[in-house]
Amino acid sequence: MNIKYYIFIFLFCTNILKSQETLKGKVVYKQERETLALEGANVYWLDTNQGTTTDELGDFNLKLSKKSDRLVISYLGFHPDTLKVVSNKKIIHFLKEDLSTNLDEVSLIERKKTSKLSFTKTQNTILVDANELLKAACCNLSESFETNPSIDVNFSDALTGTKQINMLGLKSPYILISEENIPMVRGASQAYGLTFTPGTWVESIQISKGTGSVVNGFESIAGQINTELKKPFTDNPFFLNLFGSKNGRLELNTHLNKKITDKWSTGLFIHLNQRNQKIDKNSDNFLDVPLSNQVNILNRFQYMDPLKGWVVFYNLRFLNDQKQTGQILFSPDTDKNSSIIWGSEIETKRFDTALKVGYVYPEYPYKSFGLQTAYSNHDQKAYYGLRNYDIFHESFYSNLLYNSILNNTNNKFKSGLNFSLDRYVENIDSKDFSRTDKNLGAFFEWSHDDLEKLSWTAGIRVDFNNNIGTFVTPRLHFRYAFNTTTIIRLSSGTGRKAANIFAENQPIFGSNRRIYIDKGTNPFYGLSPERAWNFGVSISKSLQLLNKNTNLVFDYYNTRFSNQVIVDLEKEGRVSFYNLNGNSSAKSLQVTFDIDLTTQLQFKSAYKNDNVSIDYRSGTKQKQLVPKNRVFANLSWKSIKNTKDKQWLYDVTLHHLGNQRLVENSTLPNTTQSPSYSILNMQLTRVFSNFSEIYMGIENFGNYTQINPIISSEQPFNANFDSSQVWAPVFGRMIYGGFRYKL
Amino acid sequence: MKKYIYIVFLVIVSISNAQKNSKNEKTTFRVSGNCEMCKMRIEKATLSVSGVKFAKWSIPENQLTLVYNSNRVKLLEIHNSIALSGHDTSVKDAPTDTYNDLPICCLYVREEKSKAPFK
Repeated sequence: MNIKYYIFIFLFCTNILKSQETLKGKVVYKQERETLALEGANVYWLDTNQGTTTDELGDFNLKLSKKSDRLVISYLGFHPDTLKVVSNKKIIHFLKEDLSTNLDEVSLIERKKTSKLSFTKTQNTILVDANELLKAACCNLSESFETNPSIDVNFSDALTGTKQINMLGLKSPYILISEENIPMVRGASQAYGLTFTPGTWVESIQISKGTGSVVNGFESIAGQINTELKKPFTDNPFFLNLFGSKNGRLELNTHLNKKITDKWSTGLFIHLNQRNQKIDKNSDNFLDVPLSNQVNILNRFQYMDPLKGWVVFYNLRFLNDQKQTGQILFSPDTDKNSSIIWGSEIETKRFDTALKVGYVYPEYPYKSFGLQTAYSNHDQKAYYGLRNYDIFHESFYSNLLYNSILNNTNNKFKSGLNFSLDRYVENIDSKDFSRTDKNLGAFFEWSHDDLEKLSWTAGIRVDFNNNIGTFVTPRLHFRYAFNTTTIIRLSSGTGRKAANIFAENQPIFGSNRRIYIDKGTNPFYGLSPERAWNFGVSISKSLQLLNKNTNLVFDYYNTRFSNQVIVDLEKEGRVSFYNLNGNSSAKSLQVTFDIDLTTQLQFKSAYKNDNVSIDYRSGTKQKQLVPKNRVFANLSWKSIKNTKDKQWLYDVTLHHLGNQRLVENSTLPNTTQSPSYSILNMQLTRVFSNFSEIYMGIENFGNYTQINPIISSEQPFNANFDSSQVWAPVFGRMIYGGFRYKL
Repeated sequence: MKKYIYIVFLVIVSISNAQKNSKNEKTTFRVSGNCEMCKMRIEKATLSVSGVKFAKWSIPENQLTLVYNSNRVKLLEIHNSIALSGHDTSVKDAPTDTYNDLPICCLYVREEKSKAPFK
């Protein structure tokens, strides 16, 4: 009892002694919505010489004064304040800026990043906004990833110049590419589908690595890319973009948006592109870039009633795309399927329509349902030399989705059903490969988020597929924030896919390889559906380095196929498709480092290591034309906007590609690897006002090209002729320019 | 078979009971704060009260919108929980010590109020 009493007294006394000694406080000020520390503010007792200044956190410790209880806080450029101190409780004081003093205005503007890793999402998601797409000569979606290290833009073939993309070392068929959450680039549109979305239509892109969500289907294996198009309600009433490049490409993009009523708005988006100049800079008698012509029209309607909670989108879209390629002298009218002059024409007609209806319960904003339905009709007719290839793909997709909560919004769920029907009519030299896929799937996804450290998303779906059977797809994503700067994300899941072997590998038709397909009973050309597990870990750390914001991200993903359709080009003159027998995996490591050097200058860099190893019949090898090592660097500079909104923007991007494995080629018998090389792209934009800007850029500044990109180009009817083995740009330095105008 | 009918019946009864018990109400009130971190703290404090279904705090308006089951929780309990996290609400002020301990970016300008601070 006694002891306790003494201890109590002792504690009490020290407390009093300590607190009598000092007054603690913090001096802060308000800028916009932010509260910032004021360093070096003077804090002193009125009419005394007892005072101090605040440290970099705005904190001060000041001995209590016997002479005065009035505390003065002052700082140049701020109104000084005098406070009456009655207790020694910690003081937090806001100083107000004195706008009457004539100090030079110091404004701190943190630059909004155009591409950034999401901090709060459970999945490893990179958000790319429309401004990022303006940084390169991106004319369409396939080119829009050139300033993004997570997605590799390849040079798919020497004939059509179509750029395919890779993610985690895997080709685009393993990525679920959707447009406003409706699967888009799939089936027949796999080879050229990315070129059917003009860059100016895009509002934003979300790239998520790993298998992703179960909501949109089971097909994603390496990742998901979702594109949001411009919305009539928010897009400019009028937009015009003209583009021209030295390789003969001309483009016109225009958007017209009109509000019909308060709730209805419509937009008409027109894209035209043309290339009618025959270019053969490398003198191999083949066109370096195809002659082309595209008309692409989208009409969309948007209905919004925020009070009642309804949102409706209705889209109609027509596309006509023509490409002609092959030898310079080729003329389609006289030389089609000629065995003297090699030429090719690809004509695509496509019609898309989609209706999306969403409803959010006005009283319960966490409860909503959505219905998405889409129909597309894709008709491609083509010939490549003597080979004829026609594919017609009719697709119907619908997804009914219900969102709600379990207990509270820390636990949300999405549940629903989707149905898809894909009818393929496919002919190669009048050999028929037609089939119909029907799929009904049910899914449930539970997301937990404690709003601070831990969040996870667990999803499962069950699909009934007429050709694959019944199967379960589980997927799990996990995020943990150690603090506000360090985050770890883990993901794992499965994906399955029917390989549309011809549509996905169309560039191979630009060769005289004979096609061999293993005999089997499966409906997919006799081959089994592909199946893979994907595991990933991502650690993201943001830190202050030399007073600059930096961000360091480490990603490692491993995709293991339990079945895969192997496209074997190892033997010259033949392409074999067979089921994987053994192991196939893609291990992808990416280290990204970004730093804001100044408020105007931003630097991004990445190193990638893609180890894509496949058990071919001839042995285990790295996949051909996938560089093991890649380096990416981007420097982007913005001048300070002057009062008339004039501004300069400048971007330089460097891609370094390591050696790529090459397949057997008797014209170069001792070459098994391509050399490593670098490509430099740059672009300069002058913003005249909020309404108009011009831009100019150079792609492939170093003029690096592949010598003889077409194997056996002098004898295009030889068995070893092949235009699909391209590992570097075919076209050298390319200058382009354009103009944008909006109202 | 009878067993299944019983089970189905029980499930229906319990669901309809649950429906009756949940009287969801939506309301909006002012909560002071500055930034993303405040948003996280406020929403977390709101959702930590059992019976709260939904909470969304808007940075520019400093308004908290929430949906809660009024049979399970009183609105004042929600105000208390938010105030204890360091944020003044329209009816309850945060304890000064908690306010003082907020990270600097979250320090909002406190209104001079006649309301009694949290004890």
